[in-house]
Amino acid sequence: MEKASQIPEETGPAISPLRPGEDASKIAVSGQWTLIRQKFLANKVAVFAGIIVILFYLVGLFAEFLAPTSPTLAQPRFTYAPPQSIDFFVTDESGERHWQPHVKGYTMTVNQESLRRSFVIDETAVIPIGFFVEGTPYRLWGLFEMNTHLIGPLDASKPMNLLGTDSLGRDLMSRLIYGTRVSMSIGLIGVISSLFIGVVLGALSGYYGGWTDIVIQRLIEVTSAMPTIPLWLGLAAAVPITWSPLTVYFMVTLIVSLLAWTSLAREVRGRFLALRDEDFVTAARLDGSGQARVIFRHILPSLTSHILAVVTLAIPTMIVAETALSFLGIGLKSPVVSWGVLLQDAQNIRTVATAPWLLVWPAGAVVLTVLSFNFLGDGMRDAADPYAT
Amino acid sequence: MWGYFLKRILLMVPTMFGISVISFFIIQLPPGDYLTSLLASMADSGQTVDPAELARMRATYGLDDPMALQYFKWISGIVLRGDFGYSFEWGRPVSELIWDRMGATLSVSMAALVFVWAVSLPIGIYSAVRRHSIGDHVATFFGFLGLAIPNFILALTLMYISYKYFGQSVGGLFSPEYVGADWSWGRVWDLMKHLWIPVIVIGTSGTAALIRILRANLTDELSKPYVVTARAKGLSEYKVIMRYPVRIALNPFVSAIGWVLPQLISGVTITAIVLNLPTAGPLLLRALVSQDMYLAGSFILLMGVLTLIGMLVSDLLLALLDPRIRFT
Amino acid sequence: MTQLEMAQPEMTQPDRAQEPVLTVRNLSLDFHLRTHILHAVREVSFDLYPGKTLCLVGESGSGKSVTARALLRLIDAQAKVSGGEITLHGPKGPLHLHALASNSREIRAVRGGRIGLIFQEPMSSLSPVRTIGTQIVEALLLHRKMTKAEAKAETVNLLRQVEIAQPEHMADRYTFEFSGGMRQRAMIAMALACDPDILIADEPTTALDVTTQAEIMDLIARLQAERGMAMLMITHDLGLVAEVADHVAVMRWGKIVEQGPVDDIFHSAQHPYTKALLAATVRLDTAVKRIAPNRAGQPLLQARGLTKGFGATNWRGKKTYEIKAVDDVSLDLWPGENLGIVGESGSGKTTLGRMLLRIVEPSEGSILWHGDEGAEEVTQMQRPDLARYRSAVRLVFQDPFASLNPRMTVKQVIADPLVVAGGMSDAALDTRVAELLELVGLEQSAMERYPHAFSGGQRQRISIARALALNPRVIIADEATSALDVSIRAQVLDLLLDLQKRLDLSFIFIAHDISVVRYFCDRVAVMHQGRIVETGPAEQVCTAPAEPYTQSLISAVPNPDPRDRRMLHRTRFNA
Repeated sequence: MEKASQIPEETGPAISPLRPGEDASKIAVSGQWTLIRQKFLANKVAVFAGIIVILFYLVGLFAEFLAPTSPTLAQPRFTYAPPQSIDFFVTDESGERHWQPHVKGYTMTVNQESLRRSFVIDETAVIPIGFFVEGTPYRLWGLFEMNTHLIGPLDASKPMNLLGTDSLGRDLMSRLIYGTRVSMSIGLIGVISSLFIGVVLGALSGYYGGWTDIVIQRLIEVTSAMPTIPLWLGLAAAVPITWSPLTVYFMVTLIVSLLAWTSLAREVRGRFLALRDEDFVTAARLDGSGQARVIFRHILPSLTSHILAVVTLAIPTMIVAETALSFLGIGLKSPVVSWGVLLQDAQNIRTVATAPWLLVWPAGAVVLTVLSFNFLGDGMRDAADPYAT
Repeated sequence: MWGYFLKRILLMVPTMFGISVISFFIIQLPPGDYLTSLLASMADSGQTVDPAELARMRATYGLDDPMALQYFKWISGIVLRGDFGYSFEWGRPVSELIWDRMGATLSVSMAALVFVWAVSLPIGIYSAVRRHSIGDHVATFFGFLGLAIPNFILALTLMYISYKYFGQSVGGLFSPEYVGADWSWGRVWDLMKHLWIPVIVIGTSGTAALIRILRANLTDELSKPYVVTARAKGLSEYKVIMRYPVRIALNPFVSAIGWVLPQLISGVTITAIVLNLPTAGPLLLRALVSQDMYLAGSFILLMGVLTLIGMLVSDLLLALLDPRIRFT
Repeated sequence: MTQLEMAQPEMTQPDRAQEPVLTVRNLSLDFHLRTHILHAVREVSFDLYPGKTLCLVGESGSGKSVTARALLRLIDAQAKVSGGEITLHGPKGPLHLHALASNSREIRAVRGGRIGLIFQEPMSSLSPVRTIGTQIVEALLLHRKMTKAEAKAETVNLLRQVEIAQPEHMADRYTFEFSGGMRQRAMIAMALACDPDILIADEPTTALDVTTQAEIMDLIARLQAERGMAMLMITHDLGLVAEVADHVAVMRWGKIVEQGPVDDIFHSAQHPYTKALLAATVRLDTAVKRIAPNRAGQPLLQARGLTKGFGATNWRGKKTYEIKAVDDVSLDLWPGENLGIVGESGSGKTTLGRMLLRIVEPSEGSILWHGDEGAEEVTQMQRPDLARYRSAVRLVFQDPFASLNPRMTVKQVIADPLVVAGGMSDAALDTRVAELLELVGLEQSAMERYPHAFSGGQRQRISIARALALNPRVIIADEATSALDVSIRAQVLDLLLDLQKRLDLSFIFIAHDISVVRYFCDRVAVMHQGRIVETGPAEQVCTAPAEPYTQSLISAVPNPDPRDRRMLHRTRFNA
């Protein structure tokens, strides 16, 4: 009888820590974004993908400076020139090796039967290259007159085509870098306009209700039932050829976002409706909060992280859409440079056979971007609700 | 069940109407109408047209009628007489041009759908049951890759590889000697030899998406109490998984037709352009570029209808599979 | 003596004629989680005897469910048996279950064949896409040598044994066509299909109403007696334990702290935890009754003829059907009074509570509020008045996890009504929130923390603090304690009673749990199918009800005293 009370009083479930966990008292005072950040940062793949996405945007932002030359500069002497590789040492006559970053020049051969020119790397022609060299003048963001390039041949008249050239002898690397700006920005602007369309129509639908709501809901249903690519083709083909490249750019963005907003709208609407019935939202209403306060103070903060994730996952769809349209010749057109426009050169299988780099690099850029956005968006979606069990 | 079937079909009507309006809208989108295009092209080739003839044609085609009336004429022609309008580029009624192409589109899409199912079902089940195993990681990685590679890039890559390493060009659905030939075993075999590239190209992203969906759903289902019940009965692990959670996780699989099919038809369109398949895609693109709008509009309309029918079929299959839907 | 008992339970019952059918010795089980190992079950030992029932009692997280599943080797991959023996005794000699692989042929023969299992959630424990019949037939074919036709006939026979009407017909139905009680009957039929020696029932009636619970327990008791099965029942409900158990083992944090015959546990408990658990349960039934306030002057809240119909209208705007969730309900709440509203699930009690605050708009009826500004009609109120009414009449929700915004600190949550009301400086807000926290027995340091840092009981205290922020007159508590463990439940109830004394509050207390209502309320209204069937003083309604429905309800409530088992000879009501 006495012994019973001598059993040591335990204070909680038995736990053996495997490794030092997070400090419980710290988690107790961590808000939503701290928890989301911690959960996101724990996902290494997503973080890595995020870094790649940021790098892509930086490349787009500083395209003029990063590109060795102008994307439209044709070098008729070097059409379909293969990629050069960078070497760091030269061996002089005396057999000594010197530090001298360089690329090798080209020699041209003409096939006597087809009379086609082809270029091969000439191991003896050394073209010294360096960082921060002066080259083709440009205006950074259309504002600052400059001619410094991150990397380039010391002698601007010598060819340096690290990724090869196209049918007009334009430097693929420069075109790819400029194309990054266009393609990546279409994704961003497209998502923003998508979100805008979705929010406006969603608000209309919610505010007026009744017939407006029914019509808008039917519209969403119909557009999402249409196979997207034929519809895109139909809309894009109607863009007049005479329009300026900039107008075409915005039209294409609009077309792309016009069909992507439905999935965004549906996702956001669904989450909104689910949150509206949560107990804590009812509690806020009982606390006296008006409609606007309930939405902005209680519902939206719970929604933002989800919206961010959904938006991130929508960007690659837009990039692919632009690429596909331009590839088919009814999206962006030269002289605008986008990944899709670059891939247009790879339409002919014989061209690809002679100059595979025309397919490999733009396609690689598209795939890497889409992959990174998908991983990033997935990571964000997983982290978006840190309170889920 | 019949009530459900009827309700589904009735619900399709407004959507069908919406799709026809969108298609008609696209027909009307380019500036001018197709007589202006006709005039332009005739002027290019040095022909002239009698203004009286022109006025007569305007009247026949009702080009000066209000929009709503024009739409009504167009859609009633299609519904009542199967008359899709006239392709001025080909100089033939649209209805003569589209059916072969739509048939090919449908067959390639169906083949791709079968491929998507056949591949994603076993891999999805494996991935969910052996979560975090090496096989699962490999499947997940390829799944992500499959989702990230756009159809046309995959098509180009496969074409390049087969051109470079096998020295053959892989476009089209038939070798030259079988094009237009009668059906024979040889022709079927030839079709199979050509079909695999488009099917893989079109099916890859759908397969990847379905594997992910199946894996997620099945993972959820695996932790449900009814699985423990089934185990507690003494069933073997294989039977437990196949008869219980997989049976339920199949539902999203079937309903996936609803969204995989539009994706596949989209995919066929662009892939067909790259691979030069005799489906609707290349003809649609050509019609759009030359503003042969009745032809283009008809294709868009029919593709929309095709996806709607796909959704209907998936809903009905789902109702057959899941009693919860059938009874509510 | 107690120590000895725990180590070697079989020695304490030398008078038992029969040998145990299952013995568990020193069973330990670890969960390997990402950052730590949770020792979910530690050194647990017990025996099961034919025809006898052992109840494993404990609060949530005590490891009782895991223990039960470990017997069938049905545990998650992350859980590992780290020691101990499980031995199943039978005519063919002992079978060591702990030594079998979790998917071996031998253990599969035991599952369903010699040990049957039923769970808490009958809906989710049966597959929704296969008929009840096929799921039972499957079990029969596995363990008994039968043809399909024989198995079908046996299935119908089993369904008849578990008292399902029209068994031939019901065998071809799906789970969602069954009611909760019928599903649990079907589940029992399946578990018993192969005539097992042992039935493991894991909270078999927790999801059911008290009257259904009583019926199911009747059924299990009858089948157990017929077949001489041993039963291991897992539950958190001490009342139920007292009604059905022969032996009891009390679990806490993975350990059995005390076990013995049911009478010993209830009448001479040794371990302080057992005592505390019993005290929390029994006190609700035996506590001295509160003195009901004088009904002087005006009632605070008067509802007349409140009705809420849910229905569908067809495309011409005509009503196709209507279900009246609440049907012509009238009630009064007097100042200082605690009014209980009791009913089973679907009786309309929650809808009634929400209508009083107009979260759900009443279809018909009136609500008269006698606040500081005289009598006002709540159903006619517009926004500023309605907000004022809602600051005087507050709601405490059932689910302490869903009702607090996880993205706000405790301070923000509690201060939210004050911020909306306006007119307070930051410093004044701080002081007020601190005051409220102290009032509900939480520390100041809670202010900057987020709700995820708190347990269920603490969260419910935060909810209460939020309700108190605006100095309300009335608090509507909607099942406010039903998500809490029994010991925490008593604490929260006492907190509410204490607050009532200090702050001059009145409560409308909505609950399904009769003992809680009896403890907390002065007057009780019993709801059944949307209507109030009986109203009266709490003590009278809970001990000597007048209406037949109330009688059946009250008599179905388990009594936490094994010497006075009343559930099994209760009054039945057929509506």
